[in-house]
Amino acid sequence: MDLTLSPSEQQFRDEVRDWIEANHPGPEPEAGLEEVMAFRREWQLKMHAAGWAGISWPKEYGGRGATMIEQAIFVGEASRLEAPSPANVLGLAMGGPVVIAHGTDAQKQRYLEPILTGEEIWCQGFSEPESGSDLASLKTKAVKDGDEWVVTGQKVWTTFAQYAKWCMLVARTDPDAPKHKGLTYFLMDMEQDGVEAKPLVQITGEGEFNEVFMNEARIPEANVIGEVGDGWSVAITTLMNERAGLAFGAIAQVANNLKRLGALAAETRVNGGTAAEDPVYRQRIAQLHIEAETMRLNAYRGLTKTMQSGIPGPEGSLGKWQWADINQRIAELALDIEGAYAPLARGAEHAAAGGAWQYSFLRSRANSIEGGTTDILKNIIAERVLGLPRMR
Amino acid sequence: MYFDLTDEQQAIKATARDFLAARYKSARIRELADSENGFEQSDWEEMAELGWPGLALPEQWGGQGLGIVELGVLFEEMGYALAPSPLFSNTIAGLALALCGSDEQRERFLRPLATGQLRGTPALWDAGSPATPGGSTMEAREDGDGIVLDGEKVLVMDAATADFFLVATSDGRRHLVEREDSGVTVTPEASIDLTRRLSSIRFEGVKVAAANSLPGDGADYYAVFFRLCVALAAESTGIAQRTMEMAIEYAKDRQQFGRPIGAYQAVSHRCAQMLLETENARSAVYGAAWAADAEPESLPLAASMAKAYASDAGWRVPDASIQVHGGIGFTWEHDLHFFLKRGKANAAMFGDAKWHRDRVADAVLVEAAEPVSV
Repeated sequence: MDLTLSPSEQQFRDEVRDWIEANHPGPEPEAGLEEVMAFRREWQLKMHAAGWAGISWPKEYGGRGATMIEQAIFVGEASRLEAPSPANVLGLAMGGPVVIAHGTDAQKQRYLEPILTGEEIWCQGFSEPESGSDLASLKTKAVKDGDEWVVTGQKVWTTFAQYAKWCMLVARTDPDAPKHKGLTYFLMDMEQDGVEAKPLVQITGEGEFNEVFMNEARIPEANVIGEVGDGWSVAITTLMNERAGLAFGAIAQVANNLKRLGALAAETRVNGGTAAEDPVYRQRIAQLHIEAETMRLNAYRGLTKTMQSGIPGPEGSLGKWQWADINQRIAELALDIEGAYAPLARGAEHAAAGGAWQYSFLRSRANSIEGGTTDILKNIIAERVLGLPRMR
Repeated sequence: MYFDLTDEQQAIKATARDFLAARYKSARIRELADSENGFEQSDWEEMAELGWPGLALPEQWGGQGLGIVELGVLFEEMGYALAPSPLFSNTIAGLALALCGSDEQRERFLRPLATGQLRGTPALWDAGSPATPGGSTMEAREDGDGIVLDGEKVLVMDAATADFFLVATSDGRRHLVEREDSGVTVTPEASIDLTRRLSSIRFEGVKVAAANSLPGDGADYYAVFFRLCVALAAESTGIAQRTMEMAIEYAKDRQQFGRPIGAYQAVSHRCAQMLLETENARSAVYGAAWAADAEPESLPLAASMAKAYASDAGWRVPDASIQVHGGIGFTWEHDLHFFLKRGKANAAMFGDAKWHRDRVADAVLVEAAEPVSV
């Protein structure tokens, strides 16, 4: 057992840290998604120029071929130092890895480089209004017409669809096959008449996600990833990639939020002292720190296990569940500490901490829903880790 | 970076699992629970042959010279098996002598303790006190060459069968008192935990020669305290692991409304929660145990985190397991209650979850005063 970084890992961490500190462009613009995207595009170009975009990708495809521990270190440092997100986060984390794993040589040649540079933004068309947790029940259909597929249907929760060139689309190509078998994975060009993206305003008031409507959208045959009818297993690879990359970034983000929570407690007056002296708040703050530490240690145990077995196991579901729970409780506690000032949001003169916690409180409601609801994660743990009988 | 047990540590775990499973079947635990001393001397002698009393004690004094990680591995198994044994109390006495005793005291007490020939136990808490660290009120009254002790210690583990006690006084020191010394009276107390004996000890004019007072003072014992917290948290983790397994097995087996109850999410999600708490406890324990061996400056915070978390998990998981079992789980006939009781007693000892969380708050709220990077 050794919880320290090896000398080479330490050297890698220092290299990452130095580079981010030297190139950090400061906080993201607060107003306007357009400005944010321009800011992130510029950041991604910088990352790419220094070889940090797609660090998990093999070197032959323009990546860095980083080991799992190096990826964890990079994501952890970037998150700890609050570096911006690259513009093409879904292309880097999911699109590229899927093309590398399942794509043809021609597809690799065509798609990978513009993902790395951020020239082409990617989005993900999986969820539908009637297919959330039960993803395999999705209804968007693709019908063969000559050497093209014609797609009709609706997707939802599509992050950055309004900026995307390519959509990772899962559609039903065989309505008669069992529900997991009749799906195919496509790359759909978003810049065509048959595709319309409408922002979906969420409870924070922002339009981070979109609805995407497809009305006889056309996809050339050459844009099928993997085999026709094999879309489910291709999609699962993407989701595994999404989850594996997130843990260490989430851990560093929670650590930063806990520091801010401590600062808020230290400056907030309650009952003749500060919130940091209040016995009830102290207990809650301590419990969150303890759970955040167990999450961090669980992730390292998981990483050790994954490095030995080669694939992330279903235990990763524990970490996602725990992260959502902790992140939500941090924001809830912050609002409790703010007391009567809790309603005051960004822009209000007397808002505590500039209204940041009001945004966190609202945004974190999605944490237990996005990327696998907590309820579904518990099912996965029950069935695949504990071996309990399936409920269906 | 390698956060898992090594092959050697796995071997210790496997040996402990097999040894304890063979000895502590349900009927045997019940027999020992009803017995006067709560454990069997022959079991103790077998554990001594395996080197367990001296597992984490220096080889120089007859111990195995292993670390707190190995100790944690062993105590997780003690909890898993619900082993009734003075091993825990004896381990604390051993660590105190190893870390804070004089060589002469180590020769006389530690060496035989490490090989199982003598047993010791700490007598820390004064009757009527909150029984948390740092608050001893018993006075070490100077008397000629040594001191005299008067008062009553409570919640002393395995006192009736220990050979000697390490008695805490208000000056922060510890003193070696033998059970047979004049003026010492041990009175067994009733505890909800039937697998560990608790007693009170009256001290009436008990003389302690200067040579029997340990040279260490108050602050030195924190090194002992945090290590014992890790061992106890490990034991509670084992309790959680075992009772979670019992719940899962039952949920697969027990049929209601025509299907196994584990197919219902009300039950299966409760089991998932048990796994979360058990794995969190285990990570916190391993992390703190590693800190004790490799990074002692981070031990105090890590140990308080582990003890706080495992205190809760160590009784909440058995409690949830009882709920999964339904009516049968509430019967004396079922073993679950023994686990719940041991877990709850462990949670209360050596600083409960609230006490340790308060220490965590002290540590992290000082850190919070530093600015966030960038």
